[in-house]
Amino acid sequence: MGVIHVTDRSGQRHTLEAIEGWRVMEIIRDWGLPIEGLCGGACECATCHVFVAEEWIPRIYPPTEEEEDQLDTVVTQPTSRLSCQILWTSELDGLEVTLAPTGS
Amino acid sequence: MTDNIETDVVIIGAGPVGLFAVFELGLLDIKCHLIDILPKVGGQCAELYPEKPIYDIPGFPMVTGQGLVDNLMAQIEPFHPTFHLNEMVESIESLGTAEAPRFRVRTSENNTTFLCKAIVIAAGGGSFQPKKPPIDNIEAYEGTGVFYAVRHMEMFRDKRILIVGGGDSALDWTVNLQPRAKRLTLLHRRDAFRAAPHTVEKMRTLVAAGDMDLHLGQVVALKGEAPVLEGVIIKKDDGSTIDVACDVMLPFFGLTMKLGPIAEWGLNLHENLIPVDTEKFETSVPGIFAIGDINTYPGKLKLILSGFHEGALAAQKVHRYVYPEKKLLFQYTTSSTSLQKKLGVAA
Repeated sequence: MGVIHVTDRSGQRHTLEAIEGWRVMEIIRDWGLPIEGLCGGACECATCHVFVAEEWIPRIYPPTEEEEDQLDTVVTQPTSRLSCQILWTSELDGLEVTLAPTGS
Repeated sequence: MTDNIETDVVIIGAGPVGLFAVFELGLLDIKCHLIDILPKVGGQCAELYPEKPIYDIPGFPMVTGQGLVDNLMAQIEPFHPTFHLNEMVESIESLGTAEAPRFRVRTSENNTTFLCKAIVIAAGGGSFQPKKPPIDNIEAYEGTGVFYAVRHMEMFRDKRILIVGGGDSALDWTVNLQPRAKRLTLLHRRDAFRAAPHTVEKMRTLVAAGDMDLHLGQVVALKGEAPVLEGVIIKKDDGSTIDVACDVMLPFFGLTMKLGPIAEWGLNLHENLIPVDTEKFETSVPGIFAIGDINTYPGKLKLILSGFHEGALAAQKVHRYVYPEKKLLFQYTTSSTSLQKKLGVAA
């Protein structure tokens, strides 16, 4: 057991119980926070874009070329990741992410 | 010119679920026209993940998104559905009664009007629209300084153009608009492009010759009093910013799905989904059905196979609207000669 901390687009920080083996996108969606995940986690839409807190970046498996291609379709920061491509394990207990803004 | 088309059913959305609905309706002698905003059939399967393997389609241990679409097209071929691609349904007007519904459906592009007895909404996540970058006040410049598509290249002659993106659209338009532009700048988040290699090569040659500019970074703000765009502020990876003057910005960030005009069709909605009953998959408006990812009901699973089932059940009720006098006989394709005749396989 462990948690992730998610800051939503209004700046409110939520602490969510995480589940081993779930993608971070799935955890966020399961708790009802506004994350779209249109393609269902297939790395095909970039609607689960998050900014990962800098200190966590080195502890996460780096993005694949496929994820980089999808990140090309949103406005990124250096800490941008697709949350469907981060599999939660207990090593990510306390992971800190912020939901990226979406266009209208 | 306005086309007027009279048909039994209009299906909104030509994704896998809309396509299979043609089959189920066709077996009941119900004729369909399908409307889709994309230039091709297949919906998300064809647009988002044509090459991705799908493992949970009954009877297919593995099939790709495009493979499934191709098979569905072959399966519904005997029913000769008519496709209206590149068109979006703008409005639905109810003309009949609850017992005998009639609808007038209007689309955007070609101004086509349909008269039909039932509507099946199989629109998935809504309609595909260009992804808009989340930049403050960008809407105020749309149509004057910001464009998500190029309709007439001449519109951009002698302008200072900023193209944003790293895919085929961004690179193709870079190469095509560069000779017309006063100055063209391409902006991408990294120095890697997933476009056709020869186009990327051409762009690099233009940059090397000083005929265009390439910047790496992200647009963080627009400049100029809306609706007149004068430039953008670009933030680079190292945190520094630069100003680039431009008259037009063309962001090419691919497509995403938005509910769009569905919200204005007078249907009950729940969190951008259309509630239906689980017997007929009919919406709050008699004669309008919703199947596939766009609908919701207790226990709903967003699976393609659920959408197939929903289409089969909806077809039963559609039959009552299209043929109110006819009793519906339930038959199997394995044994019914009449169904086999419709499929063109009768012995």
